Amino acid sequence: MKSIKNHFSLVIALVSILFSIQVFTIVDRSIVAYKDKLASNYSVVVVAQFKIENEKMKSLNSLIADVIELSPDSVIKRLNTKMDKKNIELLKVTLPKFYKLKLTHFPSPNEIDNLTKGLLQNASITKVENFAHNHDTTYKFLLLFKDVISVFSITVFIVTILLILKELRIWQFMHNERMSIMGLFGAPIWLRSAVLFRLSIVDAIIASILTFILFSYLSSSQWILEQFNNIGIEVVVFDNIIDFSILFGVAISLSILLASLIVIGHKEEV
Amino acid sequence: MDKVIIADNLSLSYSNDEAIINKVNFSVNSGSFVFITGASGSGKSTLLKSLYGALKPAQGSLIVGGVELSSVSRSKLNFLRRHIGIVFQDYKLVKEWTIEKNIMLPLIINGYEKNVTKNQVDSLLKHVRLKHQSGKYPQELSGGEQQRVAMARALSHNPILILADEPTGNLDDYSSGLIWSLLEGANTQLNTTVIVVTHHIPQTMNIDYKHFHIEYGSIHEVN
Repeated sequence: MKSIKNHFSLVIALVSILFSIQVFTIVDRSIVAYKDKLASNYSVVVVAQFKIENEKMKSLNSLIADVIELSPDSVIKRLNTKMDKKNIELLKVTLPKFYKLKLTHFPSPNEIDNLTKGLLQNASITKVENFAHNHDTTYKFLLLFKDVISVFSITVFIVTILLILKELRIWQFMHNERMSIMGLFGAPIWLRSAVLFRLSIVDAIIASILTFILFSYLSSSQWILEQFNNIGIEVVVFDNIIDFSILFGVAISLSILLASLIVIGHKEEV
Repeated sequence: MDKVIIADNLSLSYSNDEAIINKVNFSVNSGSFVFITGASGSGKSTLLKSLYGALKPAQGSLIVGGVELSSVSRSKLNFLRRHIGIVFQDYKLVKEWTIEKNIMLPLIINGYEKNVTKNQVDSLLKHVRLKHQSGKYPQELSGGEQQRVAMARALSHNPILILADEPTGNLDDYSSGLIWSLLEGANTQLNTTVIVVTHHIPQTMNIDYKHFHIEYGSIHEVN
């Protein structure tokens, strides 16, 4: 019973670490997906005196993915004048050219600033509308969200590591006597610590399986999927192969580290 | 006759304290039965500890089973310990193992095959009259029974040397008698060298033995 309780403590500590890692991964994926979504909706409007070829516009900054020339028709329509066709054509020629720039990704405020400055260096470009205020707010909100989740994950990680260190002392006490007795009968170090490594690897496997079950359930949960649908993004909550491999690797590494620390810290009884 | 133990100008002390055993010389022949006596705190157990390498000589030389213990490597010490059976006053049994597994320990360490291990443990459990308790854990046994388990463990791998630290210290007559007869048996039938640290030499010993007495850090043979 005592042994099960000790196993349980390490398994719970490992599950907490794996849980925080996976939550951080999901949040990171959500932010990337949301940034992609924002990037596809976000554009910069450029006003130029003369026509600029698409390729030339793209060459002005590597951030520019696509250039769409806006038709002056809508502007003229808004004027709602009773001009004749000839004058309208003349007006079309004299009106400045409007371009909508699609970007490769959702830019940081710095990138936006550099893009604006770079475009304005072109003699033909008279105005660049980057909707900086809206963009800035959204971007800062995303960063804040990521920071909050990072702090949360790091806190869980630190608390769990402290729990594991406490667990380590209990294990050290538990295994020290057996290791010493085995040493008195000439057992080599690998044999003395074999039980310890076997137990910690078993705990790592149990913790990985529990985390796998938890996230497999969450990834198929309608409620979770609905939350992502509501903000218009698609996120892989748990990749059965890649995510499980990472979590399993972390659990095994931590357990082996824990067992190794006990073996290193073992002092022979005399 | 081969010497199993040779102590030459041997001094023993804990850290930088005063020597508990001070520049002693003695030797033990292979196949002999030796008692080491002395008052409490005279250094009997300290001397025994040095014989299985738990305490390095502060000075001089100590050779056990051909291994010089003043400058022994960890692997060589492990090798030596695999050929020694030790019986401790506080038994030193692994609490989370059954008594059967406790007796198996030296056999596992020495790499014996499973069937040999099983037969040997069964035979020893019969010898120590604990066959019916093989699945129990040490804490479920009395002190006398635990010491009999420790005795069986010390004998299991047919060691060249048995070191026993007050093996009958707190035991009833029945368990004490059994322990002494097992030690005598190992010595006479298997030619195992036996060294026993004790306060009192039993009156019932049926074999020749050597007797060393420790006093004021010195060791001398009692005739």
